[in-house]
Amino acid sequence: MKRMEPIERMDPAALIEVRNLTKHYPIKRHWLARPVNLAALAGVSFSLEAGGTFGLVGESGSGKSTVAKIIIGAEQASSGEVEIGGHAFGARPSATAQAWRRRTLQPVLQDPYGSLNPHMKVGRIIDEPLRIQHALPSHEYRARVAQLLEKVGLSAAYADRLPHELSGGQRQRVAIARALALEPAILVLDEPVSALDVSVQAQVLNLLKDLQAESGLTYLLISHDLAVVAYMSTRIGVLYLGQFMELGSRDAVIEQPAHPYTQALLAASEPQSPAALSGVALEGEIPSPLDPPAGCPFHPRCPQAQARCIESKPLLRQIGADHWAACHFSATHLS
Amino acid sequence: MSTSQAVLRVDNLVAEIATPRGLLRVVDGVSFSVDAGRTLGIVGESGSGKSMTCLSLLNLLPAHARIAAGAVWFGGEDLTKKSPRAMRQLRGRRIGMIVQDPMNSLNPLYRIGTQIGEVFKYHHRVFSSRERWRRALAVMERVRIPAAASRIGNYPHQFSGGMRQRIAAAINIACQPELLIADEPTTALDVTIRLQILQLLRDIQSERNTALMLITHDLPLVARFCDEVAVMYAGRIVEQGPVEQVFGAPAHPYTRGLVDAMPRISRRSSRLVTIPGQPPAAGEYDIGCRFAPRCVHATDLCRSRYPELTAFADGTRQVACWYPRQESV
Amino acid sequence: MATDLTSPLSATAETNVAITLTPPVARRSRPYVRHWRLMLAATVLVLIVLSAIFAPWLAPVDPDAMDLAAALQAPSHLHWFGTDPLGRDVLSRTLFGARMSLFIAFCAVFLAGVAGAAIGILSAYFGGWIDGMVMRAADIQYALPPVILAMVLIGIIGPNTSNVIIVITLTNWARFARVLRAEALSLSQRDFVLLARLAGASPWRIALRHLLPGVRDTFLVLLTLDIGLIIILESALSFLGLGVQPPTPSWGSMISDGRAYLENAWWISVMPGLMLMLTVLAANQLGDAFRELRYSAREVE
Repeated sequence: MKRMEPIERMDPAALIEVRNLTKHYPIKRHWLARPVNLAALAGVSFSLEAGGTFGLVGESGSGKSTVAKIIIGAEQASSGEVEIGGHAFGARPSATAQAWRRRTLQPVLQDPYGSLNPHMKVGRIIDEPLRIQHALPSHEYRARVAQLLEKVGLSAAYADRLPHELSGGQRQRVAIARALALEPAILVLDEPVSALDVSVQAQVLNLLKDLQAESGLTYLLISHDLAVVAYMSTRIGVLYLGQFMELGSRDAVIEQPAHPYTQALLAASEPQSPAALSGVALEGEIPSPLDPPAGCPFHPRCPQAQARCIESKPLLRQIGADHWAACHFSATHLS
Repeated sequence: MSTSQAVLRVDNLVAEIATPRGLLRVVDGVSFSVDAGRTLGIVGESGSGKSMTCLSLLNLLPAHARIAAGAVWFGGEDLTKKSPRAMRQLRGRRIGMIVQDPMNSLNPLYRIGTQIGEVFKYHHRVFSSRERWRRALAVMERVRIPAAASRIGNYPHQFSGGMRQRIAAAINIACQPELLIADEPTTALDVTIRLQILQLLRDIQSERNTALMLITHDLPLVARFCDEVAVMYAGRIVEQGPVEQVFGAPAHPYTRGLVDAMPRISRRSSRLVTIPGQPPAAGEYDIGCRFAPRCVHATDLCRSRYPELTAFADGTRQVACWYPRQESV
Repeated sequence: MATDLTSPLSATAETNVAITLTPPVARRSRPYVRHWRLMLAATVLVLIVLSAIFAPWLAPVDPDAMDLAAALQAPSHLHWFGTDPLGRDVLSRTLFGARMSLFIAFCAVFLAGVAGAAIGILSAYFGGWIDGMVMRAADIQYALPPVILAMVLIGIIGPNTSNVIIVITLTNWARFARVLRAEALSLSQRDFVLLARLAGASPWRIALRHLLPGVRDTFLVLLTLDIGLIIILESALSFLGLGVQPPTPSWGSMISDGRAYLENAWWISVMPGLMLMLTVLAANQLGDAFRELRYSAREVE
């Protein structure tokens, strides 16, 4: 793998590195108005080590899907750098970089009903990446498809079915099988289980964990469900209005949440947990990204907000071995 | 579970759908009751029949479905026997309903002040539009919509999802109903907003002693906000009782499976316990226990005879299983 | 509470939440039997089309054979539909007329459909100013009344069978283009198209493998809905003398020829007129029923 010149490396062993990613959309309120910027991402940086799972958690407007879209190449960042396996993906990624990304990084999207072409048979859906990339001679497709189906826990007979004959959980498995067709190293999972029932969710999560253990995959997991993220991730980043509120190893963030927003999320996700019992239900709504609050973006809803929070925006500061928080008072919030 | 205070009592409700394959029973003999001032949660996954149950209560089944048997007792009358016109008068005035998608519950063409005011016009015969506006404002303040006075003239699209649910709640409580049915009210909302909405519903309930029914697949929500819970599977209730007991010490293997399948922050595990297989398709049920194909403890008895819902423990719980696990919290 | 359970299954959002059924799309044969309207319309249309195809064998006499002695005879056991001023058998002419009219109409609607579909999909794919230009062209086609436009065009290129087909195609492609462009656009927003693109699929592959199958249903519905319209358009052109030229019979020209005799020999106009009406009715019913079937099946997805 080609290595670029190191520029402020956060972690030399990282497979994915994101630095200061921003994304804004010019929005016109009406036809004649001047466009205003909707800041979907306001400076996001993180790194993901090979073989690990990075959980990006946030609510609507947090920008987590935007991060996913930029990393998989569906959208361009407004500024910042993304480095995957040493290849730079900035404003105009080279053709070789893009080709490399297609083989190495695959997405699994949220909607099990929209990610499969309803007119194509399952076998055809799964081998399409192979066909596009000419990765295998055509007589081997069927065998490969059978192998992939087995890997995701479906019998080879499913290859001849149409998507509408499958349940939501089965469709997600097909989507995962398709993502694995080119033997990628990284999977970007955007809300992979949100549309599924609880018991099916558990099956798919277990499958993902098994696949990771078998093949050494690296996952970027995006979800609004902190319990899912806590279960799957080795590192977690909590996004709010396009910025990290807290970032660090899974244990640090979950067991010692330093930011009031993280604490509130914990309380909301698991009412009976010890963290929850000390947290408080948040008032107010998530502000519109078109009109972000001054200073700390969380201050309008923060139970511990003070004058300083409106005046200046807290930067992401290191408060532990693998633990950063963007709060003026994070040290005092550690319980 | 029925007491003299039961606001709603459902008796052996059966609902069928017409399909090319024949009549399918999506709700197959469901009985429960909700008391005034109490909250009943109905949980189940897709295909369990919980949404159809909810629609059946209010005579809102789609065209190809109907209630085939059973009774729904409300205010001393059987709702299944009432005419559509009588049901229209009941809905909104004495029974309120909040649906999942807040976009669907509000008409995008009318200001919200007008929409809330409509309730007063139809059910309370308030004809002065100024008086309706004033009352609408009062209701909006009660559901804690910030800056209500300046926003009452806004249209639904100018509000966020959470706010719209509050407005929907406002419309519902404008009539002071005795029973409020909430069908997945928070599924489309952000996590931190969910608590607010449920808390709001509970506050409304305690003010007026309203009976509240919450239909959802979100177990932690039910654990936090409901008093009683009924777990549905394959068109029937498989377990019901006080929520701490049912979730704390589940007696039915399905309930246990559901509780164990949820990833829990407080409980670290490297693997989630899953329920193998899938629920049966609606109407295609075997004889015997419907959960037996997926149950690790199933015996021949389970596969040959259906375990009816029977009283359990000290009588406050009911479970439909031949081998319920006896534990208490 | 009485509910009609025999009406066809129409899927709603609630149904999708509560149960997972195999939607009717997977079972093609069964729903058709329940729809008597569809069956009747299809039967009538098939009969008419068959009689048009086999006209040379079914027609009792040569449609061009004149027999002045038997002119203007009312329908009888000799001439089921009567005879025209030149003694020609109206039944035979009607059958051969069906041949012409239906041939032209089917060709034209098919050409308009394929051309419109190609234009619409490509326009959606390229977007930008190409899309804009194409849509303006479609707007222009819409704005001009089809019959007048057809008249002008025929006036320019001359009336004969193939010109009629061309002209009808030119005046009807926009409908297909617009609708299929919209379909293709909405399809291209779906996740599976995005995923194909990200995997490196070429635009051709996406158009062929993902967009085309998706618009197929709508395309077929549009075709069946339009057939009736196009048959009438062809007849209108023939009626005005701009279509098939005499002596070849076509319904429109037969109706026109019979105008002068409406009082005393009504059958010359009315017989072909009735056939026309029947065909268009059947085609419309077929189109309607087809549309209901396809779209109710679609919603279940």
